[in-house]
Amino acid sequence: MIHHFKPALLMLLVWTLITGVFYPVLVTQLGQLLFPRQANGSLIEKDGKVLGSELIGQPFGDPRYFWGRPSATAPHAYNAGASSGSNQGPTNPALLAAIKSRVQALRNADPGNTAPVPVDLVTASGSGLDPHISPAAAAYQAARVARLRNLSLPVVEDLVKRYTEGRQFGFLGEPRVNVLKLNLALDALR
Amino acid sequence: MTANGLLQICGYLGVLLALAKPLGRYMAAVYEGRSATVRVLASVERFIYRITGIDPEAEMRWTGYASAFLVFNLLGVLAVYALQRCQGFLPLNPQGLPAVAPDSAFNTAISFATNTNWQGYGGETTLSHLTQMLGLTVQNFVSAASGMAVLVALIRGFVRRNADTLGNFWVDLTRSILHILLPLSFLLALLLIGQGVVQTFEPYRNVTLVEATGYDRPKQDDGGHPLVDADGNPVTGHVTVSEQTLALGPAASQVAIKQLGTNGGGFFSVNSAHPFENPTPFSNFLEMLAILVISGALCHTFGVMVGDTRQGWVILAAMTLIFVPLLFVTVLCEQGGNPAFAALGVDPAGGNMEGKETRFGIVNSALWATATTAASNGSVNAMHDSFTPLGGLVPMWLMQLGEVVFGGVGSGLYGMLVFAIVAVFVAGLMIGRTPEYLGKKIEAYEMKMAAIVILVPPLMVLGGTAVAVMLDAGKSSVFNPGAHGFSEILYAFSSAGNNNGSAFAGLAANTPFYNLMLGLAMWFSRYWLAVPVLAIAGALAAKNYVPPGAGTLPTHTPMFVGLLVGVVIIVGALTFIPALALGPIVEHLMMIGAR
Repeated sequence: MIHHFKPALLMLLVWTLITGVFYPVLVTQLGQLLFPRQANGSLIEKDGKVLGSELIGQPFGDPRYFWGRPSATAPHAYNAGASSGSNQGPTNPALLAAIKSRVQALRNADPGNTAPVPVDLVTASGSGLDPHISPAAAAYQAARVARLRNLSLPVVEDLVKRYTEGRQFGFLGEPRVNVLKLNLALDALR
Repeated sequence: MTANGLLQICGYLGVLLALAKPLGRYMAAVYEGRSATVRVLASVERFIYRITGIDPEAEMRWTGYASAFLVFNLLGVLAVYALQRCQGFLPLNPQGLPAVAPDSAFNTAISFATNTNWQGYGGETTLSHLTQMLGLTVQNFVSAASGMAVLVALIRGFVRRNADTLGNFWVDLTRSILHILLPLSFLLALLLIGQGVVQTFEPYRNVTLVEATGYDRPKQDDGGHPLVDADGNPVTGHVTVSEQTLALGPAASQVAIKQLGTNGGGFFSVNSAHPFENPTPFSNFLEMLAILVISGALCHTFGVMVGDTRQGWVILAAMTLIFVPLLFVTVLCEQGGNPAFAALGVDPAGGNMEGKETRFGIVNSALWATATTAASNGSVNAMHDSFTPLGGLVPMWLMQLGEVVFGGVGSGLYGMLVFAIVAVFVAGLMIGRTPEYLGKKIEAYEMKMAAIVILVPPLMVLGGTAVAVMLDAGKSSVFNPGAHGFSEILYAFSSAGNNNGSAFAGLAANTPFYNLMLGLAMWFSRYWLAVPVLAIAGALAAKNYVPPGAGTLPTHTPMFVGLLVGVVIIVGALTFIPALALGPIVEHLMMIGAR
């Protein structure tokens, strides 16, 4: 066994250099050259100011905004420095209590709305940073946002439609609405 | 299931199976030293052998091959441990992260060297860029290549006649990385960056939130003790948060190899659920494809190298036949959702979205969960802990089957070939003849080694779970109450004991107890399988070829597919159904009873 020690050590050093240094550095350089925006976090910039990342959701609790997915990151929602899901199991009473209070919060913010609540609006995302909601979840909130902003419903619905992404290449993934971009566009209407 | 869901599943399986032939043929050519890349990069290979003092022509017996493999892996463990313990003094640590605790560093070092990539730590809050690159990324490559090398040695055991050697470990390792893992990772990493996976050495970035948020933080006195009011309730102060810190880093390069090498250790805590690690449905498709593509294609590599491609297709067919029905169970359970949600006023049409990302939805989350546990990958794009009970049972059982349904790169196929040996042995018993596989007689020695390979993982899984549920140190880490808590422990040992790495992540596994127990489970399940497999390879190589006779069971037929699937399923079911009944099955009955 001992005679394998030297080649093993040298092999480890060689591969550390190739796969641990050359490979990530080369990928970084090419990535920065070919896709500088994506490689640096797909930031949304306006007038030289960074407003966020289009891939990372932000917390919204004001009923005048569209709300995103509940987030289980600690110590506060949408902490992009410590991603986390809730990890609550399907029969955990805490999960059911959380869903109950989220449903209540949505109903309180929009008392007239008795439609069943889209599931993604009351369940925590896997990352705690999900930037999207389903088109159904946006439709559920559109009337509330329009009313509180004194906008007509078609204006808000048009905006939702504009920020709805379809399935990629027509069949991959699910249709979705980017909440941060939609809310920024709402604010820009004023 | 919707038509679109079915289309996505069929598209995925179609591309996966279509790639098996060209990639499998290429890998066979690499290992036989006749691919174009081996010729083009011959000078690079020679340079590597020269500076490491390796004679590429030197053949190794199975014992030499095994000890080279073990020494190399042991050094890898030590290197990853040292990097974590010293990262505070080392460069490329823009967040100034301190040394990792010894028990966590021990666990992570074994985890990455054994190709398990169980993560007891949180990626963005624990490890410096340097540790991620020089420690984890390197092990992602070399542990995967080590598994592929062991497989190639086993295949040579079938091919060679009256031989006492199996090839050269260093050459097989080098070729696996240089000609297979590195170019594929490079290509995948660039495609992923194009989709939005981050790749930068810049520090984390702060952005101002559109709407400030806040949280209540317990107040402490000067001594650091929590303050309580007259009623004994903690006193809290409101903290306003107006900024968001975007964790960045060289993620794409690591994500590419963690998927291709069936490693699974993510750059960020939530792995490929994180939008910077898996931003779009297309990045998700590529990453899912990368989980299974090499393991699937290696079946064809095996067929080419043993000179009968039908033998490879039979193995791939058996894997696919186990995979597809279990996939549909997961999809249907998650789409069916949680009946308790509907009672609270939630639209049941959306399925169980707790722990899942909107862009992936039900189908891609279920497909990923099935693929990542069929392979010993263990990366996740949704939180398995929040799956419905039966939707979570499938990933658990796929691991418990021994990670042979596609399985880890190399290790999945060598595990499945051991099951094939058992299958011909069982058939031989039925007809009263000496079993043969690929022209080699299967005798007592091979069967003893095969028994070790099949029995060690269940011992780790069931033994480890039993110890954990008896000790407070094991029970106190449980997060979810009731039967689900037991599932968390069983899942953790199923994952470590089969070198998968995924988790029911509610379990607080970053404790000395779990770091030690799971570290040992990962260690034994990797090396106590690989070494007996090499022993089988050595014994088979020494035998002469037996031409098929009238009593030989043909192993290229649908009947053998059925026999192989039967052996895998029966062993897996008999061993684990009692334990599964205590966890997910009880929970399922409780969930539907609660309606």
